[in-house]
Amino acid sequence: MASASLMKSRWFPIAVGASSVFAVFALLELLLKIGLVNRYIVPFPSDVVMALERIIVEENVPARIRETGFEMLCSCVAVILIGVPIGTALYRYRALRRAIVDWVAAMAAAPLVLAFPLFLVLFGRSSLTIIVMSIITGLAPIIIKTTEGLSGVRPVLMNVGRSLKLTDTQMFWKILMPAALPVIFSGIRLSWTFVLISVVGIEFLINLGGLGQLINDLAERYDLPGTYAAISFVIIVSVCFFMLLERVETWLRPIR
Amino acid sequence: MSSASTAAATRPATEAQPQLVIDNVSKQFGEGPEAVLAVDQVSFNVMPGEFVACIGPSGCGKSTLFNIIGGLLGEYVGNVMIDKERIAGPHPAVGMVFQEESTFPWRNVLDNVCFPLELQKIAKSERQDRAQKFIDIVGLQGFEKRMPSELSGGMKQRVSIARTLVSGPQILLMDEPFAALDEQTRLLLGDKITQIQQDLHQTTLLITHNLTEAVQLSDRIVVMTYRPGRVKRIVDIDLPRPRTSDVVSSAAFGKYVAEIWGDLREEASRGMAESESSTATRGKSARG
Repeated sequence: MASASLMKSRWFPIAVGASSVFAVFALLELLLKIGLVNRYIVPFPSDVVMALERIIVEENVPARIRETGFEMLCSCVAVILIGVPIGTALYRYRALRRAIVDWVAAMAAAPLVLAFPLFLVLFGRSSLTIIVMSIITGLAPIIIKTTEGLSGVRPVLMNVGRSLKLTDTQMFWKILMPAALPVIFSGIRLSWTFVLISVVGIEFLINLGGLGQLINDLAERYDLPGTYAAISFVIIVSVCFFMLLERVETWLRPIR
Repeated sequence: MSSASTAAATRPATEAQPQLVIDNVSKQFGEGPEAVLAVDQVSFNVMPGEFVACIGPSGCGKSTLFNIIGGLLGEYVGNVMIDKERIAGPHPAVGMVFQEESTFPWRNVLDNVCFPLELQKIAKSERQDRAQKFIDIVGLQGFEKRMPSELSGGMKQRVSIARTLVSGPQILLMDEPFAALDEQTRLLLGDKITQIQQDLHQTTLLITHNLTEAVQLSDRIVVMTYRPGRVKRIVDIDLPRPRTSDVVSSAAFGKYVAEIWGDLREEASRGMAESESSTATRGKSARG
């Protein structure tokens, strides 16, 4: 009885998640201590925790989080603002869809990050390069999923709209978009994953900016606990972004 | 069309004016040898407050007729008239209830029913009052804040019916609205529809392939032939009103079912034979 109410508590999944992470860290600590895992490759989790405070102070982590966060936010908002209209256009114009949808899908698989020298030439060694490259990297999933979501709207829902003499604009905003929203959000999630990886990856590659550059610096100094501590900040920023997305999704879409 | 059907089709002209006139309506899909004549010279009227069912075997063009009357199929031959106006697109006087589940999953029951009133830009308090009235009529009071995913199939279909009725259509047009429901729910929903039709004096045209449902609900039944869909006969159902699902156990009900089945059986057999022969032909060409 008591265990059933505990499992229903909203804190239960959070507690299980945190305990799992703690358990993995404890196991890793043990494996490192008994020598089953090489301590020159993987640092002690306790050392990583100790390094957190050091890098916050010495490496100016808050400013780096702001910089990486800003690049992520710009890229994440831009992929939605650019990707959803392109996906809608591909849904609406069949000829356009036939012409370019395969290219868009190919774009998702292409290692665009390797084209960074070209973008450096075009936009300079600045945050703009990181943002533009991340937008391009994240666009494909949201375009494809928007087209897929709109195409998958049940015809009967559109017939309801037609029987009520909805205009094209009303049909889009009152039926098509809400019906397609769950699929579009799965595209946004995929796109944001690509964007977040891209931002940190390009910061790392071109050694510029926030947390990505810090990871590069610390790795080159062979400061393993510091490197992993910096990676944990990237994870925290990513988690914040996905929590924000979940909030927006809940707000836009009541329980189904 | 048989003489019986012609007489029945023209019969109401001596009384009030018909609310819905279907006059020599035909519809062909495609061109050349591949063309399919779905509906051929169909004519009948529906009087104000009357409940008419249109019944026929699968492939007789019932849904095509539904889409033409609802204005979803704009191009057709003949005339569908409401108040002397030819239907060539969705008409505000016609409210449609579809065969498939058509509630909006992102809106709760109240918001689903409010939807047509939102489009008419009616004030929120008024539209909620009006929606509540129809939610009560279809027996969903207490479920206003529930999402469609929390409702049974029959309840969802009642939400669709309330959403259609809330905008006050002159003609309620339903395409096999209970097709996906079990027999018991179907009978009980039939009672609900009969009650609504009687309370609101709602002119209703039901498209169905279910014989008992048609006899249970209707004042007249238009029996259609297998492809191309033509009116084979129009049968007056002289069962007492107010009517409930108890009527299915009466001798008169059984007599009507048997009589209409006599007409339908021939058409359904023809449909089945054609379907089997086309499957066999496809199989041969696939092997050959």
